[in-house]
Amino acid sequence: MDLRFTEAEEAFRSELRRWLDETVPILPAKPDPADWTGRRVYDTNWQRLLHLAGYAGVDWPRDGGGRGSSPVEELIFKQELERAHAPYVGVNFVGLLHAGPTIIAEGTSEQRGRYLPAILKGEEVWCQGFSEPDAGSDLASLRTRAVRDGDEYIVTGSKIWTSHAEVADFCELLVRTGAEGSAHRGISWLILPMDSPGLEVRPLATIAGSTEFAELFLDGVRVPIANRVGDENDGWRVTMVTLSFERGTAFVGDLLEAFEILDMAVGLARRTGRFDDPAMRRTAGHLRAELDALWALTRRNVSHASRVGIPGSGGTTFKLAYSEARNRLGEFTLSVLGRAGLAASDLPSPDGGDPLPAATFVEDWLRGISLTIAAGTSQIQRNIVGERTLGLPKEPRWTSS
Amino acid sequence: MDFELSAFESELAAGVRRLVERHFPLEAVRRGEGTGSVVSRDGWSALGDAGVFDLCLAEDVGGVGLGLCEATLVFEELGRALVPGPLVASHLAAGLVDGAADGTAVIGLVECTGRGSLPLVVEHLADLDALLVLSDEGISAHEPSSIAARELDRPMDPLTPVFLVEELPAGTPVAGSDSAAWWRRDGAVLTAAFQVGMAAWSTDLAVSYAKERHQFGRPIGSFQAIKHICADMTVRTEVARCSVQAAALTVDQPDVGDPLSAAAGAKLLADEAAIENGRACIQVHGGMGFTWEVPAHLAYKRARVLASVFGNADELAECLARSLEEPRDGDRHRSSDR
Repeated sequence: MDLRFTEAEEAFRSELRRWLDETVPILPAKPDPADWTGRRVYDTNWQRLLHLAGYAGVDWPRDGGGRGSSPVEELIFKQELERAHAPYVGVNFVGLLHAGPTIIAEGTSEQRGRYLPAILKGEEVWCQGFSEPDAGSDLASLRTRAVRDGDEYIVTGSKIWTSHAEVADFCELLVRTGAEGSAHRGISWLILPMDSPGLEVRPLATIAGSTEFAELFLDGVRVPIANRVGDENDGWRVTMVTLSFERGTAFVGDLLEAFEILDMAVGLARRTGRFDDPAMRRTAGHLRAELDALWALTRRNVSHASRVGIPGSGGTTFKLAYSEARNRLGEFTLSVLGRAGLAASDLPSPDGGDPLPAATFVEDWLRGISLTIAAGTSQIQRNIVGERTLGLPKEPRWTSS
Repeated sequence: MDFELSAFESELAAGVRRLVERHFPLEAVRRGEGTGSVVSRDGWSALGDAGVFDLCLAEDVGGVGLGLCEATLVFEELGRALVPGPLVASHLAAGLVDGAADGTAVIGLVECTGRGSLPLVVEHLADLDALLVLSDEGISAHEPSSIAARELDRPMDPLTPVFLVEELPAGTPVAGSDSAAWWRRDGAVLTAAFQVGMAAWSTDLAVSYAKERHQFGRPIGSFQAIKHICADMTVRTEVARCSVQAAALTVDQPDVGDPLSAAAGAKLLADEAAIENGRACIQVHGGMGFTWEVPAHLAYKRARVLASVFGNADELAECLARSLEEPRDGDRHRSSDR
């Protein structure tokens, strides 16, 4: 084991850091969080700059148009972006992290040529249409139906929890093409243009008050059969293949941000004298231990991916532990704020110093709640650890059929 | 950067596992329960011959010359077998006290830092060839026969006999305050590694019971109520293991971070993992878990004992809180750290 980076890895870091130091300070001002058009412009501009500098799709294979970096370089990439306070992946999330890799792995050469460059250059934005009101943890029970009509599918149903739908050009859509009750054996993966007639997007406010989510309603939407990725009824496998692209780096930026929030909260507690309280000090100390351990686990998972090429069970372990630590961090920041945290609005500091960062803390606390739910609830993750890692027997499967 | 075990490291861990399976099967270890003396001299020598105690001692003074990182792999295996005795103290004493390095002497240790350490309760006194007392000023060696002490009835851990020291005559100074500081740090990391081994042992015991035990016509491990307990045990173990190994590497390669806070964090999380997994293992065993016969309680109790040495939870969390107050420029801008 060796935690030191190699010379080649450090060279990658230095070059990237130089570029970030030149580029980040001259970015335009960040748009208002509620201004979705402005956010699309901001995020896709950042993606365009990454592309011009050769950093677009750093984790994508070269034959998909990416940089083909190693998992360790990807870790460094995310580490340096966080250090430079560079923009987040934002509206490019689904295209870069999910739809793109799926098309690389399973798309035809025409699909690859049509869609991949536009994702890398920040020209087109994708959203995800997987979950449904009645198909969340039990995703394979999804009911949005696609019926063949000539060289098109006619799609009817609804999707939910679709991030960035309002500004997306395409949606990666899971539909039922098999018989009712065919579960994971009757699903297909389609590319849905978001300007298709019969598609309605309805914003869905989160508990954080944000409208980044939407519901999609599809009423007889026509999608060309040529837009199917993979074989008909093979969409479940297509989706799972994409998950194997994850190399232990999914939460690197998020985790490093958590370190920063802990530092901010401790800084504030020291200014207000609350850090004299031993209980508060111990809570902060414990959080530091947890974040350090999760940073160690991140490096373990990345190292595993470097050696084996595919992620191990470490990603599940990480998500379970991190989501809970992040929630405790949120609770800690609120306890530091006290009654200044009753609104997500920065307040003037009683000592005349920097304002109290209630907006950051309250929003972050609320956002953290999604971590034990999104991308597989903690309960589903525990089933995965119990059954796949520990070999415990499965629960009897209940299906709607 | 490669934070996975090398082939050599895997083989080292596997070798120690084979060794402890041969010399410390649980039935044999349990024969020491309640006897006041749990250290088998033969077993101790076997550990010494295998290099458990002189692993980190430099080669030019006869040691194996490996780092703390390799030592954590060894101590995790010792923990997984619930090997009793003052293993960490004897390891730290290698090179300082005669016989420690090769396992011919059994060396104990007690931290004595003023009133907080009183009453002075010492583990394993009847088995010791020397007792080291660690204070802020340094380390002193004491002849066990010179110490007025009485064995306490009903020790919390039946495999950790404890003695109340009534009078401690002055000992011989053997090391200064610098040594005391790094002993505390390395002692915390090695104890944490042992705790990780016990956390893993508790997980394995709980999982195998959950597969065997049937209720309502099904293995209890098929119920999410039990399955999720086992999953949480696995997560705690894995997170603590990463923390411990990263802390050891940080001691070995200080340019990757702050060794002191890394050690404190590792001990804090490993103590918790061992204690919580010990408790969870008893719960998974239900009524059987509350019996003396089922060994689940042994890891739980030992975890409590070890959580009291080289920093308890409050002290460790306070150490980490202090590190949060320090200017962190070094950390933030050091490329090799996060």
